[in-house]
Amino acid sequence: MIKFTVLFFLLIVSGIANAAPDGKALFDKHCSACHGSEGKGGVGVPLSLPSFINSVSNEYLNRTIRVGRPGRIMPAFPQLSDAQVKAIVGHVRSWTDMPMVKFDSTPVTGDKKNGKELFLKRCAQCHGEDGKGGKGTGVTFSRKRDLPIIAPALNNSGFLASASDMMIKNTLIHGRDGTPMVSLLKAGLKEKDINDVVAYVRSFQKLETTSISDEKNGAAIIVESPYSLEETVENLKQAIENQNFKLIRTDYLEHGFVDEGKENKKQVVLHFCNFNFLFEALSIDPRVGMFLPCRVTVVEHEGKVQMMTINPMRLSKLFNNDGLNDACKAMTETYESILEDASL
Amino acid sequence: MNTFLKSFLLFCFVSANAVASDLIMARSPLSFSEAMTNLQVSLREHGYTVARVQRIDVGLTGMGYKTDMYRVVFVGKTDEIKYLTNKYPEMIPYLPPKVSIFAEGGDTLLVTANPMAFAMMVDDEKDRIIFQRWESDVYSVFDDFRRAE
Repeated sequence: MIKFTVLFFLLIVSGIANAAPDGKALFDKHCSACHGSEGKGGVGVPLSLPSFINSVSNEYLNRTIRVGRPGRIMPAFPQLSDAQVKAIVGHVRSWTDMPMVKFDSTPVTGDKKNGKELFLKRCAQCHGEDGKGGKGTGVTFSRKRDLPIIAPALNNSGFLASASDMMIKNTLIHGRDGTPMVSLLKAGLKEKDINDVVAYVRSFQKLETTSISDEKNGAAIIVESPYSLEETVENLKQAIENQNFKLIRTDYLEHGFVDEGKENKKQVVLHFCNFNFLFEALSIDPRVGMFLPCRVTVVEHEGKVQMMTINPMRLSKLFNNDGLNDACKAMTETYESILEDASL
Repeated sequence: MNTFLKSFLLFCFVSANAVASDLIMARSPLSFSEAMTNLQVSLREHGYTVARVQRIDVGLTGMGYKTDMYRVVFVGKTDEIKYLTNKYPEMIPYLPPKVSIFAEGGDTLLVTANPMAFAMMVDDEKDRIIFQRWESDVYSVFDDFRRAE
């Protein structure tokens, strides 16, 4: 009887272990926040758009999940098993009744010089002269809700590693209905011209550069103040105003955690904002709000008064969004100016 | 471990190629107000204090921008916040932890940084447990948020 019980238990455990991963559950957990529960898009692209899902191969989706799009929000998912990735792709594929397309891996050869001319004339308006793609993401702040997609970055190493030449060619030939991507064949190009464009797009592979290589070290910007805590707070208020930012609120770090009046008075937080800057940042990436509005904390610790902020230069990496680079650089310089002004 | 080294370690952690766990996100089909209520209930059930809810969109709409509902929720456990800010003052700019919640059409999204990013700033092994627990709790709260009906 014990043997049968053990055998039964092992069969159950084995069954659980060998059960195919639930693609929908995995998609809900890992993908739906950006792509929407039904793949209609949001921060991420609309995967269920028929002209998209019917024109990409499973291999393309699989590799995209694996390598992501460095600097373009879509993260890599190295922690998922092959079976889990396959299950997610299977779930995405369930949104269409059309047969899955397959592309062979034969490279497309063409004249890159002619391809560049055609690209600049036909493609650069949306994809950028160097194929860096459209600006911004999401439908929350950066674009109208009736715009389904932002032009992808064709020079992205993740895209180039995922898309075969034949897939790119197929997209150029057929376009993507429901998006601004038109058929270049219908637009008058011949197949040879399209091959030339493919060859030019493939040449981006060696051009892509990594972003922010000259970041300043440090998770935080910390400047010591020669003034008392109270004087430093007043100096900061003036410095914030001098930088055309609006002071929203001054409170203690422990505000809300302890009863009013019992906060640590040696940790003061100044919250401030420039609404043009705020809107610009949220337009580039609606997720950055967790680091907004801007904050400087003044801390008196072991006899020293220090002013501290986050280091924005690190955020574009955290959010995997190179589009934030310029805004982060500007914000870092602003923080540094404010802290310097206040400590003079 | 000095302040610079701690900061540098955190910098290295976050500067590594972004993988899915750097940011934790979740989507709920609930309206913004329902989702916000569920979030706060779940946070409290996990033992966290919601210290403040910061409106992000109010100033924008006042300036004439078209925006969706957008809030940042400041959360934490009082004793842990006090302990960490006292022992690791260089972490103060990142404390208390924050969760963004914003509307996207009829859905609501949650975003936060993975708390384990902060664990690189502490040199005491037993303090890292705090961040491991935060991470576990964030996943649990976000699962609640995702599944709420």
